[in-house]
Amino acid sequence: MTSLRPRAVYLDHAATTPMLPAAIEAMTAQLGRTGNASSLHGAGRAARRTVEESRETIAAALGAQPSEVVFTSGGTEADNLALKGLWWARLAEDPRRRRILLSGIEHHAVLDPAVWLGQHEGAQIEWLPVDELGRVRPDDVRRAIACEPESVSFVTVMMANNEVGTLQPVEEIAAIAAEYGIPVHTDAVQAIGQVPVDFAALGVDAMTVSAHKLGGPYGVGALVVHKETKLTAVQHGGGQERDVRSGTLDAPAIAGFAVAVQHSVQDQPGEALRLTGLRDQLINGVLATVDAAKLSGDPVGRLPGNAHLSFGGCEGDSLLLLLDARGIEVSTGSACNAGVAEPSHVLLAMGYDDQRARGSLRFTLGHTSSQTDIDAVLENIGPVVERAQSAGLQNVGRNT
Amino acid sequence: MRVLAAMSGGVDSAVAAARMAEAGHDVTGVHLALSRNPQSYRTGARGCCTIEDSRDARRAADVIGIPFYVWDLAERFHADVVEDFVNEYAAGRTPNPCLRCNEKVKFSAVLERALALGFDAVVTGHYARIVDTATGRELHRAVDPAKDQSYVLGVLTQEQLAHAFFPLGDTPKTEIREEAARRGLSVADKPDSHDICFIADGNTPAFLSAQLGEAPGDIVDAQGNKLGEHKGTHGFTVGQRKGLRIGTPAADGKPRFVLDISPVERTVTVGSREELAVTGLTASKPRWCGPAPTAELQATAQLRAHGDEVAVTARLEDDQVHVTFTEPATAVAPGQAVVLYDGTRVIGSATIDSVARVTPQHA
Repeated sequence: MTSLRPRAVYLDHAATTPMLPAAIEAMTAQLGRTGNASSLHGAGRAARRTVEESRETIAAALGAQPSEVVFTSGGTEADNLALKGLWWARLAEDPRRRRILLSGIEHHAVLDPAVWLGQHEGAQIEWLPVDELGRVRPDDVRRAIACEPESVSFVTVMMANNEVGTLQPVEEIAAIAAEYGIPVHTDAVQAIGQVPVDFAALGVDAMTVSAHKLGGPYGVGALVVHKETKLTAVQHGGGQERDVRSGTLDAPAIAGFAVAVQHSVQDQPGEALRLTGLRDQLINGVLATVDAAKLSGDPVGRLPGNAHLSFGGCEGDSLLLLLDARGIEVSTGSACNAGVAEPSHVLLAMGYDDQRARGSLRFTLGHTSSQTDIDAVLENIGPVVERAQSAGLQNVGRNT
Repeated sequence: MRVLAAMSGGVDSAVAAARMAEAGHDVTGVHLALSRNPQSYRTGARGCCTIEDSRDARRAADVIGIPFYVWDLAERFHADVVEDFVNEYAAGRTPNPCLRCNEKVKFSAVLERALALGFDAVVTGHYARIVDTATGRELHRAVDPAKDQSYVLGVLTQEQLAHAFFPLGDTPKTEIREEAARRGLSVADKPDSHDICFIADGNTPAFLSAQLGEAPGDIVDAQGNKLGEHKGTHGFTVGQRKGLRIGTPAADGKPRFVLDISPVERTVTVGSREELAVTGLTASKPRWCGPAPTAELQATAQLRAHGDEVAVTARLEDDQVHVTFTEPATAVAPGQAVVLYDGTRVIGSATIDSVARVTPQHA
C-alpha cells in the first residue's frame, strides 16, 4: 500500500506546504460555526467579524490596507482576476491600451489568461525576455513601455519564479511603469514567507497571494489590489468582495489563511536563514556527488527554499520515480497535463535545450524541512542519477 | 519481484496489475501517454490515451494501492506506430498497428526503460499465456478464444518474454469483469476498446486520406479491364468487398473483392471470391519465440487479428518464411503478420510480403 511506504522526506513545498498547526487550529475552530458573512443577524456578524479580522491581519502582514485585500478561491483565481480585471478596466478608459507585457517564465495561471486575452479579446502579448538565470531586466521593461506607452494595458512579472526560484526586480519594474502611469501586477505566491514582501513598498497595483503555499488551507487566496486601481469584475454574483469578486466568503479557510500569513511573515527572517543553510548544503552536496549536475536559476537572488538542478543524460521523471520509491518526494518542476511532464516553458525561456529541460528536478524546502531531509537526498542522489542515466533519454518521446 | 504494470485505463490491465500486487510483487503502475494531443474524453468505445483514460488508470492504481506515473511516449509511438501505419498503407499494404506497438513500444521502449530503472518485468492485460519450460518460455493462446491476443504478441522474442507477465491468459473475459467489480475497480463496466486507438472516430479511410491526400486511379479486373475509379489505393485492403463503388456489376453477378493493390500504378485489382483464394505466401522479418526452425514445419497459421487458423507447412529460407496452405485461404493481405502455431503455442511470426494465387493474375 502507498500509505505504508516511507514518507519521511517531503521536498516539494513549492507545490504545497503542510498547514501550520496554528492555522489548522484557527480554521477548525471556525468549521463548526454557522453564519454567512453577508447575513445581517448575529451568526452572520460573527462570521463577518472573523473575515474582517483576518483581512486586517493579512493586510498588516503584507503592508497593505485591509480594504485592498480581495479574497479569492486561490492563486489562480487571483491571477485571472488581476489580468482580466485590469485588461477590461484599462481598455474601457482608453481603447488604445492593448499591449500586455509579461515575462515568459510566469506561472500558467498568468500565462494562460494572457494568451486567452490575446486570442479572444484582441490583446497584444509582448514577452519580456529573461537571461540565463531567469531574470527579467528592468531595462527591457522600460524599452517595451517607452516605445509606445499609451498602448500598454499593464505589466505582469512574478516576485519569484516557482520552478527555478529566481527573484525578480519587481520594485524597479513597478517604479518604471509608474513613471508612465501603467499598472503592474505581480504573482507573489512563491515569495510570501520566503522573502520580505511589502505591498505598499513594492509599488505594484495588484499582487496575488495563495494560502496553501505558506501554511494555510487549500482553496483560498487573495488579490491585493491598490485602493485606486480599477478592476472589472470577472466572476459575477453577490459582489461580496469590493464588487469585483462574488461568492460566499469561506470564513473558516480565511481564518486559517490569516494565521498562516501572520506566522509565515513573522518567522520569515529566521526561516530564510535556516532554509538557505539547508538548501546550500543540498546544492553543494549534489554538485559534489553528481558530475553532470548543474544549478539552475540565480545562485544568489533566489528563494531560500529552492534548489533546482539539472542532471545530464536522464529524464526528470525517471529521477522522480526512483526518488519516490525511496520515499523522497520532489518535483520535475512544471505543470502536467494528464500527468505528462512537458519540458518546462520556464527553462526553455531561459535558453535551455529540450534535453536539459527534461532532465531537471526541483527540490523545495519549507517549515518542516530538516537536516535529515538533506542527508537523505545526498545519500540517495548518486545511485539514483546513475540508474536514471542508464535508462537514458533514448527511450522517451522527443529524444528519439 | 519489482514489476511495472502498463495501465491503459481499461479493465484488463487494471486486473492484471491487481493480480500481480496480490501475488506479492512490488508493482508500480504506468500509463503510457501515446497521443500527441490527448482528448479529454473517450468517444464511444474507441481510442485510448484520453485524459479520462489516464484518470481511470490512476484510480485503479489507487484502489490496488500501488504508485502510479504517466510516461510520455507520444513521439515514439508516432514515429514507430502511426507513421509506420501510414507508410504501409501508402505502399499498398495492410499493417497491424497493435502488433507494431507491442514490438516497438510496450516490449521495447517501455521494457528497456523499466529494466534500466530496476524493474524485473513488465506486466500487461493482454490475453495470452506464458508457459515456463526446461528450454525456455513459451507463448500460448489464452484460454478464452474470443479474447486471445497471442497474434499481436507473436513478434515477441525469448528475451522479451523473459521479462513479461500476462496474468489474464488463464481466465475468460467475463470473469475478469466480475473480478474487477469484486476488487472495487470502477473500470469493471468500461467497454472494451476496439479498432485503432489513434483514430478516434474509427474512420480509417478518412484518417489515411488526411495523411496521404488523394491519389486517384483505376479499379481494374484481373485481365486489366477498367471497371471504375478510386481516390487513392490507401483506401483499400486485400479481401475488401464493401465500398468499391464499381458502376457495372460483374458478368456473373457475384460480389467482387480486392485482390491486389499497386500504389505505384495506382490500380486496385478486383475479382471473384475464387480469384481471391491463395495457396501460399512469402513473409519476411521473422521473429521466433525460441530457436529458429531448421526443417519444414507442419503448423497452423493465423493471418490476421481474430482470423481463423489454417493448416500450413512452413519453411525458413534466407530469412524468408515460405508458407503453403493445405487448403486455399482467402483475404491474405500483405503487411499483415502470419503467426505460426503448434497447437496453442506460438512458434513465431513474420510480415506477409506476397501471396501465391490459385488463379494466376496479369496485374
